[in-house]
Amino acid sequence: MKKFFALLLVLVLAVSLAACGGETGKDDGDDAKTGSVYWLNFKPESDAALQEIAKMYTDETGVKVTVVTAASGTYNDTLTAEMDKATPPTLFVVGNDAAVKDWGEFCYDLTDTEIAKELNTDAYQLFDADGKLCSIGYCYECYGIIVNKALLDQAGYSMDDITNFETLKAVAEDIHARANDLGFDAFTSSGMDDSSSWRFTGHLANLEYYYESVDAPDAWKTCPAEIKGTYMDNYKALYDLMVVNSATDRAQLAAGGFDANAEFAEGKAVFYANGNWEWSSLNEKGLKAEDLTMIPYYCGVEGEEKAGLNCGTENYWAVNAEAKEEDIEATLAFMKWLVTDAEASAKAVETFGVMPYKNAAESSNPFLAQANAYASAGNYTMPWVTNFQPNVNEYRKGIVSAMNAYNADPTDANWDAVESAFVAGWASNYAAVNG
Amino acid sequence: MKKKKKKAHSSAAVNSKLLRRPIRRFGWLFLLPMAISFLIGFIWPFLQGLFLSFCKFRTTKKWTFVGIDNYLRILDDEQFLYSFIYTAIWTIVSVVLINVIAFAVAYALTQGIKGTNFFRTVFFMPNLIGGIVLGYIWSMIFDGILSYYNTNILEKTEFGFWGLIILMCWQQVGYMMIIYVAGLQAVPEDMIEAAKIDGASGWKTLTRITIPNVMPSITICTFLSLTNGFKLYDQNLALTEGLPGVLDKATGLNTYTTEMIALNISKTFGQSGAFSKGEAQAKAVIFFILVATIGLLQLTSTRKKEVQQ
Repeated sequence: MKKFFALLLVLVLAVSLAACGGETGKDDGDDAKTGSVYWLNFKPESDAALQEIAKMYTDETGVKVTVVTAASGTYNDTLTAEMDKATPPTLFVVGNDAAVKDWGEFCYDLTDTEIAKELNTDAYQLFDADGKLCSIGYCYECYGIIVNKALLDQAGYSMDDITNFETLKAVAEDIHARANDLGFDAFTSSGMDDSSSWRFTGHLANLEYYYESVDAPDAWKTCPAEIKGTYMDNYKALYDLMVVNSATDRAQLAAGGFDANAEFAEGKAVFYANGNWEWSSLNEKGLKAEDLTMIPYYCGVEGEEKAGLNCGTENYWAVNAEAKEEDIEATLAFMKWLVTDAEASAKAVETFGVMPYKNAAESSNPFLAQANAYASAGNYTMPWVTNFQPNVNEYRKGIVSAMNAYNADPTDANWDAVESAFVAGWASNYAAVNG
Repeated sequence: MKKKKKKAHSSAAVNSKLLRRPIRRFGWLFLLPMAISFLIGFIWPFLQGLFLSFCKFRTTKKWTFVGIDNYLRILDDEQFLYSFIYTAIWTIVSVVLINVIAFAVAYALTQGIKGTNFFRTVFFMPNLIGGIVLGYIWSMIFDGILSYYNTNILEKTEFGFWGLIILMCWQQVGYMMIIYVAGLQAVPEDMIEAAKIDGASGWKTLTRITIPNVMPSITICTFLSLTNGFKLYDQNLALTEGLPGVLDKATGLNTYTTEMIALNISKTFGQSGAFSKGEAQAKAVIFFILVATIGLLQLTSTRKKEVQQ
């Protein structure tokens, strides 16, 4: 027995030593000449597609492409850890102003690179204070309120009945009142746990920032040090509408554990606040494109009949300036291939949304088509002003905490607290990270 | 009998000069792998971390020295102070409860009840589940109960506090129990028998004979539960993530009332901004000093009460 145990230990030691040795040996081998790509991806939902794309590229060119996906909500931690390694990511995500501040010195200047020249718009470029092109968008997305038209029809309404907040409210309240007879409710559940609260602290919050930025465009060119909260009442109106007119008691929302996607896919609700990336999962669950559409966040702002969807992105590519020269070259070549190769870009567009590049494939996503339809009808598109949120995790957590108290006891005093976390919290968090 | 003979034989072999001399001479060789791992895995990162607490940095290779700035920033951090006090109170309560319950269970399970082994296994099992999983499972259990009262664990600090106590008792009692069981089994039978003959009551036997004899177990269990309490992270993160917050309406910032010290440090590290990483590092250094001091104080004080058999 003892002998066996000793043998086992020796074996373990030998194997682990061999494993260490083997790995370094491999790294020294084939990468040195051609360079390789290491993409640290931040969207778990697109991991599977990216792995396929990586394989396609390797099969085609022989260049090794590694795609690693950070777990949901941990991108920054993962990036920090990976950047410290001997072989850091060559391609990573720098998605907003704050990230440019944090990671700008690691960004390769993309000005005049071939990939930058492929862009068909200059809307998705992030520069640092010195005017270095730090990152470029590789896709953009849109969000709003997803509507199940078939259910809406069953309830006796059509899309023409919803043109602004007043009409949305009337329809939603009527459906909620008849929920028992209809067998479905107006909105899906609005859990405030981490898996769902971004709908309200991120997406929904955008309407407040957006309309503020329309009032004072100059102040919003970069992240403002403070915000006014002019449209908090509109934010509250739409939030209350969503929370009240759903099957879930608002006092339960803080605990979370609801599955809004499943509720919507199973036809238990007409309205579902989310983005175009839900299309593939809804489609897989049997919903058809002709039964679905997306409407803007109507919130009672004057002229909102001409509103469009919220379009923007946090998917910005940055190339690691500290990577080896040949790896940078390989990465730039890979990026260009991804946005120009017909097959690859078709695959990418399927998971990402629209790729704003001249030669990329067209998206077949019905929600993005809807966004374009709004835009071509002359409606205003709302960009993602949310990307400015300072110290974003802390800031959003503060709002969630206040909203939990408000949901437990929806009084004006408790809403004042939400407002404070939203408005004063912005200034304090801005000061905390910029001070 | 045969076994005993073999043992004597093998120990004689170990004591032979032929074996002893090379072992003595090359002892360092056998220590080397462990020493190197310790150096790489502990000493070096520790020193590096200590150094980085005096720096502004984004990755460990890119730093600028800033002196004690990071430590000064902590002084203004009310959440850190709050978290420290909260963690201390929580730890005291959990150390007492975990050890009392674990000792009671161990005592019961050494009295020769039927199915002792089964119970020991069952009590030990929760210890095999990871902290994050436990946190989520218990948050479901608590929310399931609290939903009858139309509330949830994130609504009140008390819920989060006692919720975490219950969770940790559930998880740790089994582990501590095993240590106590070992201690209790080592109490000399003859001592207890002598006490019985002298007419000592059950309670007297427990307090005068058993407890002084299991003092080494108490030392180690208190040490483990104390340091575990201060270092608690996973369960705290998964159960409440620090919520609920108490909002300061003027600043719009929250004090998170169930945020413990380790969670606070990791949260600071994850914030954006140029200083967050250095500040988190400085917090971690303070944290280390505190836990080490408290742990050592406890060890020396309980060691004094240990008796030699």
